[in-house]
Amino acid sequence: MAQEMRSPIESGCPDGFQYMHPVMRKNYGQWAYHEDPQPGVLVHVANSGDKIWTVRAGTQRILDVFTLRELCDIGDKYGDGYIHFTIRSNIEYQVADEAKVQPLIKALTDAGYVVGGTRNSVAMLSHTQGWLHCDIPGTDASGVVKSMMDELIGEFKEWNMPNRVHMTTSCCQINCGGQGDIAINVQHTKPPKINHDLVSNVCERPSVVARCPVAAIRPALVNGKPSLEVDEKKCICCGACFPPCPPMQINDAEHSKLAIWVGGNHSNARGKPTFQKLVASGIPNNPPRWPEATAVVKKILKTYKEDAKDWERMNDWVERIGWPRFFEKTGLPFTKYHIDNWRGARASLNASTHIRF
Amino acid sequence: MAKNTYPTPMLDNLESGPWPSFITGIKRLRDDHPDERINSVTNGLLGQLEHSYETRKGYWKGGTVSVYGYGGGIIPRFSEVGDAFPESKEFHTIRVQPPAGNFYTTDMLRQLGDSWEKHGSGLVTFHGQTGNIMFIGTTTEGTQHFFDEINEYGWDLGGAGPCVRTAMSCVGGARCEMSNCNEHSIHRWMVNNFTDDVHRPALPYKFKFKVSGCPNDCQNAIERADFAIIGTWRDDMKVNQEEIKNYIQKKGRQYLIDNVITRCPTQAISLDDNDNFIVDNHNCVRCMHCLNVMPKALHPGDDKGVTILIGGKRTLKIGDLMGTVVVPFKKLETEEDYESLQEMAEDIIDFWAENGLEHERTGEMIERIGLVNFLEGIGIDVDPNMVSNPRQSSYVRMDGWDEEAEKWFERKREEKQAASA
Repeated sequence: MAQEMRSPIESGCPDGFQYMHPVMRKNYGQWAYHEDPQPGVLVHVANSGDKIWTVRAGTQRILDVFTLRELCDIGDKYGDGYIHFTIRSNIEYQVADEAKVQPLIKALTDAGYVVGGTRNSVAMLSHTQGWLHCDIPGTDASGVVKSMMDELIGEFKEWNMPNRVHMTTSCCQINCGGQGDIAINVQHTKPPKINHDLVSNVCERPSVVARCPVAAIRPALVNGKPSLEVDEKKCICCGACFPPCPPMQINDAEHSKLAIWVGGNHSNARGKPTFQKLVASGIPNNPPRWPEATAVVKKILKTYKEDAKDWERMNDWVERIGWPRFFEKTGLPFTKYHIDNWRGARASLNASTHIRF
Repeated sequence: MAKNTYPTPMLDNLESGPWPSFITGIKRLRDDHPDERINSVTNGLLGQLEHSYETRKGYWKGGTVSVYGYGGGIIPRFSEVGDAFPESKEFHTIRVQPPAGNFYTTDMLRQLGDSWEKHGSGLVTFHGQTGNIMFIGTTTEGTQHFFDEINEYGWDLGGAGPCVRTAMSCVGGARCEMSNCNEHSIHRWMVNNFTDDVHRPALPYKFKFKVSGCPNDCQNAIERADFAIIGTWRDDMKVNQEEIKNYIQKKGRQYLIDNVITRCPTQAISLDDNDNFIVDNHNCVRCMHCLNVMPKALHPGDDKGVTILIGGKRTLKIGDLMGTVVVPFKKLETEEDYESLQEMAEDIIDFWAENGLEHERTGEMIERIGLVNFLEGIGIDVDPNMVSNPRQSSYVRMDGWDEEAEKWFERKREEKQAASA
């Protein structure tokens, strides 16, 4: 190469202070309390008496530069030019003047953004890349989320839920979407289909063997070529072999299904943090709108909304009413697949006479 | 506008409905952007995505792409159907570390958008699940040019692959009354100490730092970070009795009893006959529930610090794991405090780099070797706060009991001496 390459400046993570609203800089670590004047709006009051208003809005998450500039224009014209993104990819504008709040909400709403997502609402689904950009996805992410938020938008904009509802999606069983009150995740149901012509060229076979959680993969000669074979009786169809070995195709148009899990909660509030539990599976992966998955989600949300007490998250609610009643109230079937057999599973069995009648 | 656009009947369906549509956004780049390169690449992207929707399969594969001087930070994507959609056959994502706490000015967002438009597809996400700004879609060449440009004005790549990953921290002290530590300072101190490990993947697998300022853990640190730093306090919670009475006036006494008093996981709170809110601070586990319900009346105490939990991760390979308490409480005020936290992280990463199997997260290693071996490896004493309950099984060799018990008494004597000094 003729020209000299530029060496990187290893500056790492930038200091957020330089981009922070001056009222937040001034009162850093000195906040007294906050109030929630309306859905999507927070006001934080500092010990100094200073106040900062936050207006939160949901977006499409995959932003094109036109949209990014439009969001900046709104921030310059109606806000103070300062923006914060939440962990669930909502955009937040901070303003020091209460008089700016309503015009800002109007500008966002007029431009098609959705103000809400605070307190006891259904928050924006946190999601992954899916077919748009991932190398191993069983489904799309942005499309699933767009379809669901179209139907749940009313719950994003209001405070109708007993407590906040965090939803997530994941396009494979690695579960990059993480834990949620409701999680919609791909669940494969058939072992990988192996292209034996490619395995030895593409895959580092010992790594693939080591990746299998149930030791179902072993090296084999197939048609005279070194390849890998799967013991299909042992295989749990998790897809862990697919990322290190793309010729072991796990995704299937028909047999890669969606499963729904509930009760994941990362907060320490009331109980300790919890993992989500399987409630439904076998749901077709049905683009472009995934109506079957949305129907199950809406059924769970409706039951939770009607039955849970104030401040109960999904896991608190189920803990109070018990799993039998959860299945009874939601009408979802309880199957042998709901009984865990993974390591540590006995701890999830009922070793008592605590039974609700 | 691209002359011949691929038909996208299924994606078009996602343009209707009230929630903002990412498809409409991508189409604007395809149809309205002045740069033909962007029209063309987004056309290819939409064509391939429509193909995925029709066949219910993904068509991206990984590869090896990085920028000069680094080994990671880029998510390479080459199309498996590049013959059918050649415009976007190379479509790499650049992971860029956001400022601690995710704060931006509109000016800076515009500047980043302008740079990205020059070298990439014009699509960006704030932020991915690991916490990076994701600039989605460029060629190998565009990757280098874009990085060179934004690196000059203060932005650096995040982690990808088996390395220390981009860290995350909550809004914290910038705008939250529950903040118990300087989240953003901790975030930067920790991850920027491992810049080399971020940029040059050479560890068994990924390693994540996440910081939450209180036990509400808005960053999901316990659940998905190898090294979770959670703000907490150890003196008494602050109670404003006037605000308690205001709350009762507004919501009713029974509401407070049913939604606050009885929801306390350790029955550490009660309401006396004069509506005073009484806290048994020694039995309060800092769960945050009562503070969340009444943020005007209740606040964390003054003796603030952090709890450290190690080993949280998602499903692959042995199943989801939460982090485990390794340090119940640590002050983080002086430079020495920060340095000792950094040293602990170095010890953990070194031990794991040495002992972890390929593709094994810290939590999985701890599961395999046992917490005690891990603690001995990093030089941290056992503590009853690390367990939910002591051992249930008698099947263990315990001939070192006397020495171990003596270690405990010795530590207690030292703590007593330190306290009286």
